[in-house]
Amino acid sequence: MVQNRVLPCLLVQSGKLVKTTQFKNPQYVGDPVNAVKIFNEKEVDELMLCDISPDRHIKGPDMELIRKVADECFMPLTYGGGISHLDQIREILKAGVEKVVINSALAKGNSLVTEGAAFFGNQCIVVSMDVKKNWLGRYKVYFHSGQKESSFSPQEFLMEMIEAGAGEIIINNIDLEGSWKGLDLEMLKKMNAISSVPLIASGGAGNLVHIKEVFEETGVSAVALGSMAVYQQQGLGVLINFPKAQHLKEIRQERAKKLLY
Amino acid sequence: MAIVILDYGMGNLGSIQNMLQYLGEDAVISSQLSVIEKADKLILPGVGSFDAGMAQLESAGMMGLLKEMVNNRKKPILGICLGMQLMTLGSEEGQSDGLGWLDAHSYKFDFSQASGLRVPHMGWNSISVTQAHELVADLDEEPRYYFVHSYYIRANNPNQLIATANHGHAFAAIMAKDNIMGCQFHPEKSHRYGMMVLKNFAKI
Repeated sequence: MVQNRVLPCLLVQSGKLVKTTQFKNPQYVGDPVNAVKIFNEKEVDELMLCDISPDRHIKGPDMELIRKVADECFMPLTYGGGISHLDQIREILKAGVEKVVINSALAKGNSLVTEGAAFFGNQCIVVSMDVKKNWLGRYKVYFHSGQKESSFSPQEFLMEMIEAGAGEIIINNIDLEGSWKGLDLEMLKKMNAISSVPLIASGGAGNLVHIKEVFEETGVSAVALGSMAVYQQQGLGVLINFPKAQHLKEIRQERAKKLLY
Repeated sequence: MAIVILDYGMGNLGSIQNMLQYLGEDAVISSQLSVIEKADKLILPGVGSFDAGMAQLESAGMMGLLKEMVNNRKKPILGICLGMQLMTLGSEEGQSDGLGWLDAHSYKFDFSQASGLRVPHMGWNSISVTQAHELVADLDEEPRYYFVHSYYIRANNPNQLIATANHGHAFAAIMAKDNIMGCQFHPEKSHRYGMMVLKNFAKI
């Protein structure tokens, strides 16, 4: 049985490690390469690095940074930010990255997902979808860092991305991002029920109970930690941080037992 | 020239080299026959599809030398992920014959939606050692490895099976026959657990 994964999601802006709240207000929290070295020692399941520099879609991925991080990473690495061409995917995978995240390019259609899956295999094509409730209280998918509402409901978009060839899908809840309030269990449960690919839940994880409940109640494959990976606690200072391997092991074992009986 | 990581254009090699260097091993990435020829050991990595992998080995011009090094000079070789699948007789993924070094075939994971099992098999999974081998010496009590694959290997000959993993059913996680070894998971991405396997391989 595949074990549930817990992964830090690191955000970088212009080469610096930052953390946002509701996709806004990036705060400087350190150096990405140094953070990766610390995560190696903490035996993290997997690491995700997302470059949120505002000009990234024009400049393209920062290959120098990607290579530096990949060189240091003794665990699977997923990179996202500014990917709009197949050649960029090729270059990133060649740099030692396992998977790429496609997001902004989706505003123009699905072809990058389909072609990427055909050329490199769908296991390395991750689609990231940013979701929040619109003014009518309906969940919608947003593009351009949460700025632009699309016509898609999360369910429609999920099915379309699976059809297009996504091997894995991250669901970011914009309203909960950086909130430490817990994940959107109800919505994630609905999404997982219709998904044939692994889902990564993101947005809101603030403690071990949140991690445990999202696995138990929604069935998603993985949880991404943002704030929990870079801060000591809510409102406290920067600390590259991760739940202890033993605590995560207990969560995994409990979950495995429940699935058996 | 201790360990040569074969560069035939199929995926990420930097992390394998980095982990070997971290272990203090001399490891180079190369597609040059003159370098490959001097290797004490080889690593056949690979991410991508089966036919593309076989075709790339041919077009990189290293097929002849690879067979010479492995079949005649008996150099230890470790296939990783697709690299291990290429060592089998063939795969459901393609039409090409495999290298035929391991008595095994590769098949597609095929599960119903109701099973809850996903393809690709992607993530950390435990393995069960079925047979003692140098490659699995001194492993942690509960070793975990990182897998990413849509096709799995079934060993025809249990004598060549060293460890299994389970995703819906058991499949070959590690196989070995004489100087030929393969692992389906990515040791270079399985921190200390993978480091142990690479360290064991380097000692062989």
